[in-house]
Amino acid sequence: MNILFNANKNNTNRPGNVPAAYRKHKSTKEHDHGLKIGKSNHMKLLSFPYILWMAGFIIIPLLMILYYGVHDKYNQITFENIAFITDPINQKSLLLALELSVVSTVICLLLAYPLAMILRKSHKNSNSFIILIMILPMWMNFLLRTIAWQNILEKTGILNSILTFLHLPTMNIINTPTAIILGMVYNFLPFMILPIYNVLAKLDQDVINAARDLGANSFQTFGKIILPLSIPGVISGITMVFVPALTTFVISTILGGSKIVLIGNVIEQQFRLGNWHTGSGLSLVLMIFILLSMAILSKYDKESEGSKIW
Amino acid sequence: MVKKFFERFYIGIILLFLYAPIFILIILSFNRSKSRAKWGGFTLHWYRELFQNRDIMNALYTTLLIAFLSALIATIIGTTAALAMNSMKKTPRTILMGITNIPMLNADIVTGISLMLIFVALRFSLGFTSVLIAHITFNIPYVILSVMPKLRQLNPHTYEAALDLGASPAVAFFKVILPDIFSGVISGFFLAFTMSLDDFVITHFTKGPEINTLSTKIYTEVRKGIKPEMYALSTLLFVTVLLLLIIINRKSAMKKAPVTKI
Repeated sequence: MNILFNANKNNTNRPGNVPAAYRKHKSTKEHDHGLKIGKSNHMKLLSFPYILWMAGFIIIPLLMILYYGVHDKYNQITFENIAFITDPINQKSLLLALELSVVSTVICLLLAYPLAMILRKSHKNSNSFIILIMILPMWMNFLLRTIAWQNILEKTGILNSILTFLHLPTMNIINTPTAIILGMVYNFLPFMILPIYNVLAKLDQDVINAARDLGANSFQTFGKIILPLSIPGVISGITMVFVPALTTFVISTILGGSKIVLIGNVIEQQFRLGNWHTGSGLSLVLMIFILLSMAILSKYDKESEGSKIW
Repeated sequence: MVKKFFERFYIGIILLFLYAPIFILIILSFNRSKSRAKWGGFTLHWYRELFQNRDIMNALYTTLLIAFLSALIATIIGTTAALAMNSMKKTPRTILMGITNIPMLNADIVTGISLMLIFVALRFSLGFTSVLIAHITFNIPYVILSVMPKLRQLNPHTYEAALDLGASPAVAFFKVILPDIFSGVISGFFLAFTMSLDDFVITHFTKGPEINTLSTKIYTEVRKGIKPEMYALSTLLFVTVLLLLIIINRKSAMKKAPVTKI
């Protein structure tokens, strides 16, 4: 996870030609947690407000969902809320959500990786500029940006106008699963680009040069050096895209019309109708899928500290 | 040469993909026709109308106030937490980092629902404060993750030297540590501000009927059609931020100091 924000680390910390020995010394120092600011306890006391806050507003609320999920209206323990997922409509919505989110995650990965490779080469020193370009769109409300895609994809929209102008057959994308995939890719692509770019930017050029010197061609260098070293970024990117895509209800509402229902829509609807117990039960099912995907991914990601719990 | 061209082309296509909807929204804000689908000629009408629209102005005020307060409080709690975590042993630090990651990795809809359930269980009425608390909660991790790397780079001996020379821990913090980690703190603040501004899902579940942020207001209008004033407002916001960033970047480029991270 930390990968997403660590971009600056390298920039400020590696002055031009630091001798390798020093650099190594420095990096071991960075990971040596024996060196700390303030060994006394007063520093640790500072974590109290944080621990209280996180316990009160993260841990206990999640336990509340668990409680609601396994109880019915009369406070009797029941598994009906969770079993509600086997209802054909809900099952279908879950499967569709899984399918669409997997597809859009793969598309994001395929688009982001080459871009990160290009950016790594061309903008060595403008780390913050690239992050800026990716974060800037967030200042335009994401609901509005997604609504703008309606304009592009509509029957008489911009895309079809261009296609007609070029005498090509028009496409009917709006209110189809394709439109939702497009919306997901559009909304979450920056979250795939940033972590991959950040690991690639930190990659030591010397290692790549060494591989080339030892006779590896560019495919071998990529397969044996660049790709394995960038896995933490890829993992981080996949989680950052897959989870919000799986659970979205906004994108499907705006671009899918009312016909396409994802699991997020079902849960939102349950809460809107006041069925908190069934809504919580379905959320639990959703969380199982999130945990499952993270367990699978964390097998490939041994480096990042902290995400182990998930 | 050809390779270079393809690389440029690829970057261009991705940027077009990311920014095309923004251009469309900007164009729509000057559209005389009230309908989103057709162009009725250029007008500044919606910009004038915008400032007369009480509802939108209220939502804007709420949004900015919540973004500012939540980013500020999250920055204070997050920075102190990062300081504390930095001086901890590996195991407690790993556990705390794990908890920090929960709101980032968990689905927004689950975070929103869980917060709503706790507010209701505590008989806490849903409104401004509940939204503020929710935003602080999901903002803290962003601050911690931007401050943490800066703390790791810090030379611990300077702080000890300050203490040895008679500074109180508080003075040593403000004079020695804070200047070194300041860029991380600032980027954490702006990241938190941006995330709060752009959030819809968590606000949707934790807000009461009386208050609206821009996001929730837009969502209620999705089905009946967005008011063009909204396009005008978001254009103004976007252009303001863009100009601010350009000015900051210019200044820091002139100083040749890598100050701005966001």
